[in-house]
Amino acid sequence: MKLSQALLNQNRLALSRILTQVENNSESGRSALNELFPHTGKAHLIGITGAPGTGKSTLVNQLALYYRKEKDYRIAILAVDPSSPFTGGAVLGDRVRMRDLSGDPNIFIRSMASRGSLGGLAQSTVAMVQVFDAAKFDVILIETVGAGQAEVDIAKLAHTTLVVEAPGLGDDIQAIKAGIMEIADILVINKADRPGVENTERALKGMLELAHPTRRVFQHHGQRMVVEAPSKAEEQNPIWIPEVKRTIAKDGEGINELCETIERHLTFLREGGEWVTRERTQLQSTFDSLLRENLFTRFLDELSPDAYEKTLSKIMKREESPWGAVEKILNGRKV
Amino acid sequence: MVERKIRVLVAKPGLDGHDRGAKVVARALRDAGMEVIYRGLSQTPEMIAEAALQEDVDVIGISILSGAHMALVPRILELMKANGQDDVLLFLGGIIPEDDISQLKEMGVSGVYGPGASTEDIVTQIRADVLERA
Repeated sequence: MKLSQALLNQNRLALSRILTQVENNSESGRSALNELFPHTGKAHLIGITGAPGTGKSTLVNQLALYYRKEKDYRIAILAVDPSSPFTGGAVLGDRVRMRDLSGDPNIFIRSMASRGSLGGLAQSTVAMVQVFDAAKFDVILIETVGAGQAEVDIAKLAHTTLVVEAPGLGDDIQAIKAGIMEIADILVINKADRPGVENTERALKGMLELAHPTRRVFQHHGQRMVVEAPSKAEEQNPIWIPEVKRTIAKDGEGINELCETIERHLTFLREGGEWVTRERTQLQSTFDSLLRENLFTRFLDELSPDAYEKTLSKIMKREESPWGAVEKILNGRKV
Repeated sequence: MVERKIRVLVAKPGLDGHDRGAKVVARALRDAGMEVIYRGLSQTPEMIAEAALQEDVDVIGISILSGAHMALVPRILELMKANGQDDVLLFLGGIIPEDDISQLKEMGVSGVYGPGASTEDIVTQIRADVLERA
């Protein structure tokens, strides 16, 4: 039987093998994605991001336990840890915190290395999530690399993004900076038994009160996208105001309340039309990045290595600028 | 295309708490460019086999210093086989008496490393065996 058919029949080894093929961007992985894509689009994708050591993995452990116990959902977890910039090796340690989850056939945990990507996810994370989606998991929890300020890719992928904070990590100025704080649908203050939790909560709530509630429109390739004025219907849709929740993940405290908030967010997405907007953002960014990557590769394949080297050496000698060279090449002229 | 990375699960079955060796090996494999899934202490054979299945690893490395290897290793091999993962290589580290080593290798263990083994040898052996299997 074909591997992708076995996956649709809930074969765990087939799922695992396809995940590897997709992660390695192999020919077989791409053809599996083609076959599986029609079966996707159903799972609720929840992103968990935040600084290293704030307790993301422990929180994921608790979220999975909740969904198993309260909802009987099938849960997939995709946990990303960093690759070494020097050797390309990695130690993926997120499973260590998820030991309560082993032995349950309705939970599937996969660790992956970032392999040089900088946005908090790996290049194949999006594709691997599609594979889980096709395998009929109800909820897919995606844990990013320990993130600092600008690793915001997760918000383009997930339907619901949790940003995990811990007491003592930053003041109210950190809280009003652009970047990761903005992408949160829910702000989680984990380790809420630590001193300073009131200050953190005050800073985060203060930040939220300062902000005008805005609809999220991603900047396209860093540039403002040309968007049509929102239709009447869209304008009438309510806007989600991020909530701040306290948890102590190691003891399971605050998890029920957090999960209820996640469910409320899901209802908001489904009923307010925002689900479709986020799907569009996700698929568009996938489509764009594939296009960019493949056009670049194809272009390089067509350009002879000799011509490439020559152009580069001209640029090195300052005889040609990188901008001018690209323009000439694109217009079919010799550099 | 991204080059195929060697993925290794490092785990410690049984009840002894000495994970220094496992961590040293995990670090050495990382520095050799492999992706190491570190699974930590007190794992049952079932937990190890399950993690190996979900992570689709090429190699499982386990560390045993409790003397229970003749009970744990056959069980792990049995579960790997049941999961369809009999092509995955199993390496063993720890305190393993000489007499047991040949028996373990007969069962299907690819390599056994005791105190004083060089991490370089382990890396070389894993690379060679994974290549041969492919």
